[in-house]
Amino acid sequence: MKDEKIRRVPERIEPAPPDVLKDRAYDPVPASPRREVDPYCYLGATEVQQPLAYREALATIRNWCRANSLWVMAYGTGCGAIELRPLMTSRFDMARFGMAPRPTPRQSNVLIIGGYLSLKTLKRVIRAYEQMPAPKWVVGLGSCTINGGMYWDSYYTINKLDLYLPVDVYISGCMPRPEALIAGFQELMKKIKQGEANGWNEYLENIDDYKINQKRVIGDWRMPDYNW
Amino acid sequence: MQAVLNLDIGYLGLCALSVIGAIAYGLLIGGIIRKVMARIQSRIGPPVWQPYLDVAKLFFQRTSIRHGMMFYLAPVFRTVGGIGIYLLIPIVAGMPGLAGFSFNGDVLLVIYFMFFGCLGMALGAGESGHPHAIIAVSRGLSQMSSYELPFSLALIALVAQVGTFSIGGIIEAQAGGIGNWYLFMNPLAGIAGLLSFLGMQMYSPFNIVLAPQEIPIGPPTEYNSTFLGLMMSGRAIFGVAKSALFMNLFLGGATSIPEAMIKIFVVYMWAVFVGAVFPRFRAEQSVRFFLRWPTWFGLAGIALAMLMKHLAS
Repeated sequence: MKDEKIRRVPERIEPAPPDVLKDRAYDPVPASPRREVDPYCYLGATEVQQPLAYREALATIRNWCRANSLWVMAYGTGCGAIELRPLMTSRFDMARFGMAPRPTPRQSNVLIIGGYLSLKTLKRVIRAYEQMPAPKWVVGLGSCTINGGMYWDSYYTINKLDLYLPVDVYISGCMPRPEALIAGFQELMKKIKQGEANGWNEYLENIDDYKINQKRVIGDWRMPDYNW
Repeated sequence: MQAVLNLDIGYLGLCALSVIGAIAYGLLIGGIIRKVMARIQSRIGPPVWQPYLDVAKLFFQRTSIRHGMMFYLAPVFRTVGGIGIYLLIPIVAGMPGLAGFSFNGDVLLVIYFMFFGCLGMALGAGESGHPHAIIAVSRGLSQMSSYELPFSLALIALVAQVGTFSIGGIIEAQAGGIGNWYLFMNPLAGIAGLLSFLGMQMYSPFNIVLAPQEIPIGPPTEYNSTFLGLMMSGRAIFGVAKSALFMNLFLGGATSIPEAMIKIFVVYMWAVFVGAVFPRFRAEQSVRFFLRWPTWFGLAGIALAMLMKHLAS
């Protein structure tokens, strides 16, 4: 069950041509062979190619709207979720950044992994993550998601979250204070505005490897390969 | 013939403009409400333009999840219900595009249209298959049936006193000063209308349908992306239309756009401030509330209207 035995996710399955790489910053659709079969995240198969300046301007507006309207999935997976509550209250008030808690994965954009992930929770988190619609980001909260933290030798928690879900921003600490969370979310907003937070694209491009990793640790899979 | 055709197209264009303006104004009111609630809770709160960003973000999203035909149609029903009510109600009397398609008997049609949007929502939420959506729909329909009783009683009192079923006629009957507003002419029916308006707007004591933290946001639990954006726009215009209806029935209508905006805002805020003070009712408490005091006020309002009519004749 140790992470060292698990195959690492490769950077990219096959090298993409340079123009595709250039487009990825502007287009949220993963430029990959999976584009046609991708179950959830597509912008329409017969999209007309507009001029680059138009796409650039549209992407700027789109990314700005997305960055300033982050809807957070209120899913406390570990003890780190205790720091999310003060973030919503009067003292820290995440609503001033346009963030709002949403109770359903269908409407949320950010999945916060609040601390350690037991294998039982990991299964639910994967389901919730795959049910979220296309622009979605994962924030790993606390050192448990980075290297296991104080649960590093536990038999039933995972140590490196990045092997199972694509993490966009890590917030280190045990526990990180709400100020650290705000700093992390501002980092995420900056990445979104620059078009660099493409974790969900990498998840779809490397989905086979992610599934191998996930199925290796989750014994009783008993659900579809992709939950949407 | 060509001139008539041109005129009609111009008029329809004005109506479309006013619909877009109403959606924008409804979203702006939503932003102001979030700011006001934040200040009440001593927070800074989101910027006033936050609903525009949310709607824009939702319209930039796509989904390929299939739930069935009614799932797709429900936001359309909801928005069409809102636009239908909005276009029937005269917002500013006599102004093209805002005068509405008022005719005799439109009060009844408006009440029907109000039910229409929620019924479409109920069908869509049922097809989404989420248990919370179905619970919320059953709650919402029972609450709606209960608040429509005092509202209808207040309306009967109003219609009996004024003698017309047309909203335009009701506005004309209230012309000539604040003392002629129906809220002050027949305060009992006015109170019944004010209380049932709380249920209509579904803010805090009566937000048993969306019910955050209880049944995660109710009917739209499965809705996402463009569907949710359309539903937020529909909710914005629905709120404006309901406030405008209340303004026309009880607050004497409006003669200019700023007056209409201010009155709609005040009517909206009545429900918001009540919601800031009172916690949420349970479903059966909400139904019982509407069937007790507002209903008695409505019946007393009818008696008062009859008495005043008898004394006047």
